Amino acid sequence: MLAAFLSVPQVQARDGWPTPPINPDRRAQLSGPLQGGTADHAKFPELQGPFATGSDVTKACLGCHTETGKHFMKNIHWTWSYVNPDTGQQLGKRYLVNNFCTNSRGNEGMCAQCHAGYGWKDESFDFSDETKIDCLVCHETTGNYYKTPNSPGNAACSVMFADRPPIDLAASAKSVDLPQRENCGTCHFYGGGGDNVKHGDLSSALKEPPRTLDVHMGVDGLNFACTACHVTNRHIWAGSRYHVISKDTEGTGQPGMRPDVATCESCHGLAPHPVNSLANFKLNDHIQSVACQACHIPEFARGGVATIVNWDWRTSGKTRDGEGYHEEGYIQGNGEHRYTYKSIKGDFTYDENVIPEYAWFDGQMRYTTIDTEFDPNAEFIEINGFSGSREDRESRIWPFKRMHTWQPYDKGRGTLVYTNLWGEDETAYWGNYDMNAAIAKGMADFGLDYSGDFGFIETLSWWPITHMVAPKESALACRDCHQPKNSRMASVEGIYLPGRDHNHWLDIIGTLLVGGTLAGIIIHSLVRIFSPKGEQE
Amino acid sequence: MAIFRVKIFSLFERFWHWLQMLLILVLLITGFGLHGFHNLMSFRTAVTLHTGAALTLLLLWAFSVFWLFTTRSWRHFIPTWQGMWGVLRFYAYGIFKGERHPYRKAYWRKHNPLQALAYLMLKIVLFPAIWITGLLYLFYFAWRNLPDAPLWLGAIAQVHTAAAFLILAFVFIHVYILTTGHSFRDHVMPMVTGFDKVDLSPEEEAYLRKDQPEDIR
Repeated sequence: MLAAFLSVPQVQARDGWPTPPINPDRRAQLSGPLQGGTADHAKFPELQGPFATGSDVTKACLGCHTETGKHFMKNIHWTWSYVNPDTGQQLGKRYLVNNFCTNSRGNEGMCAQCHAGYGWKDESFDFSDETKIDCLVCHETTGNYYKTPNSPGNAACSVMFADRPPIDLAASAKSVDLPQRENCGTCHFYGGGGDNVKHGDLSSALKEPPRTLDVHMGVDGLNFACTACHVTNRHIWAGSRYHVISKDTEGTGQPGMRPDVATCESCHGLAPHPVNSLANFKLNDHIQSVACQACHIPEFARGGVATIVNWDWRTSGKTRDGEGYHEEGYIQGNGEHRYTYKSIKGDFTYDENVIPEYAWFDGQMRYTTIDTEFDPNAEFIEINGFSGSREDRESRIWPFKRMHTWQPYDKGRGTLVYTNLWGEDETAYWGNYDMNAAIAKGMADFGLDYSGDFGFIETLSWWPITHMVAPKESALACRDCHQPKNSRMASVEGIYLPGRDHNHWLDIIGTLLVGGTLAGIIIHSLVRIFSPKGEQE
Repeated sequence: MAIFRVKIFSLFERFWHWLQMLLILVLLITGFGLHGFHNLMSFRTAVTLHTGAALTLLLLWAFSVFWLFTTRSWRHFIPTWQGMWGVLRFYAYGIFKGERHPYRKAYWRKHNPLQALAYLMLKIVLFPAIWITGLLYLFYFAWRNLPDAPLWLGAIAQVHTAAAFLILAFVFIHVYILTTGHSFRDHVMPMVTGFDKVDLSPEEEAYLRKDQPEDIR
C-alpha cells in the first residue's frame, strides 16, 4: 500500500519527462531534413482539373516530375515482387502465400486495392505503363481519396464498397504533399483484412498517436511521418520486411549518408544510452545481442486497436438461409466492435497490449512459398521461418508477433494453395463457399498442379515488431528479463542470463550450507546456554 | 610474560575492516538480489550498487595488500598448527564447560591459529575466487565474442555464486564467535579502539614503553 501511495507522484513526474521534447505545436509531420517546400502545388495550372480518372492526375504529375515514373516502377509498391539476393527466392505479394487471406495472386481484383496503381485485376495488367501509377494514394492530403476493388467481385462482397461519395480528383491533386502517416496507413494499417490485423504494431491508432503510444510519431512529441525513418531515395524506401537488418553495425554514418536503412541505430548510433551511469554503460553492452525493439516496445497492439493472433479457416463457409454472415464478438480498447466470425474467412481471435515472443533473429526469413513441399505431419508449417543464434554475429534477440492460422493446403501434394477468393464466377469462394472449387481454380489459373484433395494445416507467421516504440520511461526494466520466473527471455537459448539462469544444485547446496551454518550456530549457542557454568576465566 | 592493553589494530586496519564489512554486506544483499533470491530493490539499482561496492572493495584491497607488505603485518596470517588443537577443542567442548579460551594474543601473533587459518583462506582462496570471477563477469563485453563465451560465463557465475555462499557462511560464524568468551562488546571494541589484551615479553614491553608509549596502556 505504501508502494502504491509513493508511486503516484512518481508517475506524474514521469509524464513530464523532457525527452523527447513535449511540443504542443501541431505542425506538419516531420518527413526528413528538407523542410519548407519551394512549390505550392495548389497554384499549378496543370493541377486545377477537372480530371476524369486518377491516371489523368498521374499524367499531370509526370509532366513535371519527368523521371519519377521510371524510378517508381522499380519499387516494391509497384512490382509486388522481390527476389531475395541471398537465397534467390522469389518473394513479394504477387507470389507469396500468407496466413491471413492467404493469397493475393488471382485475387488482385480485391487485393490490388493496395497496389500503388490503377486497375490491376488480373495478369493482363501492364506494369510498364507509367500512367497507371497512383500518385495520389501516397501524396494527397485531403483525406477524401479512396480506392475500391479493381473488379466487381461476387454480389455478396461488392455491396461493401457501394455508396461512397465521389472523389474530387482536382482537390486531391492540388493537395499533394510529402506522405503523411495516414497516406501510408491507408494500406499498411489495414493489411490482412482490417485495422492492425496483420502487423500488430501498425494500426490506425498511429494516425494521431500520443507520444506514449509511439515516441517518434506522437503528435505531442516528434510527430514523425513514416518517411522520417523510411527515408526515400528515388522512390525506393529504406527498411524491408523481406531482408531485415537485425543488427546494424554501421550506426549513423557520416552526415547525409546511409539513406538506405531504417534501423534505430541509423539515427541513435551504436551506443544509444548516454554513458552517465554504470547501468547505462551496461545497457550499451546489450546492443550487441538485444535489438532496441526488445526493450523499447514493451507491448504491441497498444493504443486501443487489436490485432488478430489466431485465424481458423476450417469454420469458414457457414451460411444462414444460403447467405454468408458475420458475428461481432470482441470489443477493443477504443470501444470498437470487431468481427470474430465471417463466413468468407472463418473464426478470428484478437489480442491487445500483446507481450511479444522473443528469439534470436539474423534478419533472414525463409518463406514457405507455393512451390515448397512440406511434411503435412509437422506440428506447424512456418510461412516465414527464421534462424539466428548467439554465435551468429548478425543475430540479435528480437520481439515478434506470432500469427497462428488453420488454413487450406493440398493434402495430396503437401503444398500450400492459391485460393480463388475474389471473382464474379461460381468458383470464387467469397459468395459461393466451395473451398475445393476455389482451390482448383486458384491453382489452375497459374498452371499449378492440385491433387483435388485439400485439408487444413496449422501455419505460423512471424512479424518482427519495430513500431509503437514507447517513451524511454516505459521501456522494460532490467528485471523483466533478469528474473528466475516469468522472464521475458524465458525461452531464449544460447545465453547465460544473470537472474534468470541458475545452477539448481549450487543453489540447494549453498542454501543448505548457509542454513546448516545457522543451525550449527543455534545448536552451539543453546548447548552453551544450558551447559553448567564452570570457571569463567 | 604479562598481559597489557596494547594497540594491535592500527587506524588503517580498523578502517579497512569496517569499510570491508560494509561493502561485503552491500555485495551480499545486492548479489543475492541479482541472483533472484529477493526483490528488495530494482535490478538496475542492485547492479549499480553491486558494481560500485565491488570496485570500491578492490581499491580497498589494493591498499590493504600494500599495507600488509610494507608493515610486515602479513606475518600475522602465516598458518600454524601450534595451538590449533587447543582452539578446536575449546569450541567443540571446553566452551560448554565454561573453560577459558586457550589462546593469548602475542604482539606479533594477534590471531589464534584457527582465526589465522580462516582469514588466510579467505584472503587467498575465497576473496580471489570472487573478485577474479567478478571482474570477468563485469568485463564480459570485452570477451563475449570468444568461442563458447556464454558457457564460460555460466561457469564463472557459478564459482562467483559458490564463493558468495561460503562468504555468507563465514560472516555468520565470524559474528557468532564474537559472542563467545567475555562478551560481544569485548570482542568488538578492539576493532574500534585498536587496543586489546596482549601477552607481552619483557623485551616487547620495554620496546613499546620506550619507542611507542602511546600504544601501550
